Amino acid sequence: MKNEVINVANLTFEYPDISVLKNVNFNLYQGDFLGIIGANGAGKSTLIKLILGLLSPDCGDITLFGGTLNDARTKIGYVSQKANSFNSDFPATVKEVVRANLFHEKGLFKPYRKSDDKKVIDALSLVGMAEYKDKLIGSLSGGQQQRVFIARALVGNPQLLLMDEPTVGIDAKSAREIMNIIKKLNQNGMTIIMTNHDTPTLVEASNKLLIFCEHGYEEFVTTSDLSIDRIADILAGKRVHQHV
Amino acid sequence: MFDIFSYPFMIRAFLVAFMIALCAPCIGLPIVLKRFSAIGDATSHSALSGIAFGLLFGINPIVGAVIFSVVAVLSIEKLRKVFGAYQEIATVVIMSAGIGLTAVLSAFIKNGAANINSFMFGSIVAISDFELWLSLALSAAVMIVTLLLYKENFAIAFDEEDAALCGMPVKLINFIIMLLTAIVVSVASRIVGALMISSLLVIPVATAMLVSKSYKQTMIISIIASELITLLGLYISFYLNLRPGGTIVLLGVVILVATAVLGKKK
Repeated sequence: MKNEVINVANLTFEYPDISVLKNVNFNLYQGDFLGIIGANGAGKSTLIKLILGLLSPDCGDITLFGGTLNDARTKIGYVSQKANSFNSDFPATVKEVVRANLFHEKGLFKPYRKSDDKKVIDALSLVGMAEYKDKLIGSLSGGQQQRVFIARALVGNPQLLLMDEPTVGIDAKSAREIMNIIKKLNQNGMTIIMTNHDTPTLVEASNKLLIFCEHGYEEFVTTSDLSIDRIADILAGKRVHQHV
Repeated sequence: MFDIFSYPFMIRAFLVAFMIALCAPCIGLPIVLKRFSAIGDATSHSALSGIAFGLLFGINPIVGAVIFSVVAVLSIEKLRKVFGAYQEIATVVIMSAGIGLTAVLSAFIKNGAANINSFMFGSIVAISDFELWLSLALSAAVMIVTLLLYKENFAIAFDEEDAALCGMPVKLINFIIMLLTAIVVSVASRIVGALMISSLLVIPVATAMLVSKSYKQTMIISIIASELITLLGLYISFYLNLRPGGTIVLLGVVILVATAVLGKKK
């Protein structure tokens, strides 16, 4: 039997005057790929932030690996839309950027060792960027930078990878390459939670979907026999009752 | 050429200058990368009011500077929360308070103008035994802490949110860096001058960023640039009878411009 990775129960969150998430429930097991679909402001990124502990829910619970977020922090990797937002003039090599995420293994004050460099190279190899380790991060293309940020999330060997629009602002070819990398990680047993505006690609990659609609309700459905037209219906407000 | 070292006061000046030049870029690098360079100015103006307070009430001016600049960084932290998205206002408010307090206090100091002046723009001749040892001890402490926090400073400067997600005590480390900034500014006020030190925090780092190809390289090059600027500036100021602080800063600007013109990074 597969291990439960995340259990979200009755999760509710609202910003001042705006209710974003109401009674969200789902659970994922090892190897699941959850795609989160919805319009801008529907609550996709808010859900990711709640799981990461960057926001606190108004009510409801999130259980990770059977415990709290603090117990599970080392098992979680996170990739945001960094390639679009980070300071490209920052004087750092690819290796330095990836290595920085080893903090939870190192702890305060402890310097890096040679063995840490091997972990960095291994993570970069997973995304095909090992040969760029000594390049300045700002000198890479958007697609290459996002691959580096995926390696940064992978360097601590996480079991759950959260990705918030990882291919936004990246050319189509790079986006395809990044999706292939993510699918491969998933096939190797990593649990993935991803938001993405490219609905067909996300539906094809994921085995579960969470769809946030305009009218404030959510559908958690399996992706088998779910067509893009049907997803469009759900997004438009026509309910489809196929909870799992 | 080396007769400069036959003067005991110059040996003291070089010792303190060497340590300041070592510390300044170590603190300056995370500050610059977090786009928080103005903290140097705010702290130095507050240090100046501490110096005035010390001169007025018979407390060692550097001790006064350390106390006032630490209070200043604590106040900036508090005020930043008040102003939310406009956090830089906090820095300007504290800087204004510092310079206002200096202006008021200096009027009551005997030979106030001359005394404050030497701390504003730096002076070589006035370093006492106590100040020498205090400066060396504080500088050594700053160096040790910044070396210990090397990887944390990088991670926070690159991405504060990711650093927090890794379990890093981001607020505590940011606070430590601000405290160290207060100490470096206070110690440097004697030789470089309180109004000049913020330049020493920023110029060597800015110079290094023009040519470096990694964070580590930026740190090393900025320390080398800082030592070159400070020691050479001190040397030149002695022989040309110039103010050390001004000479150091102007030399730094010349080297920065030359690097920008001649240096190519990519």
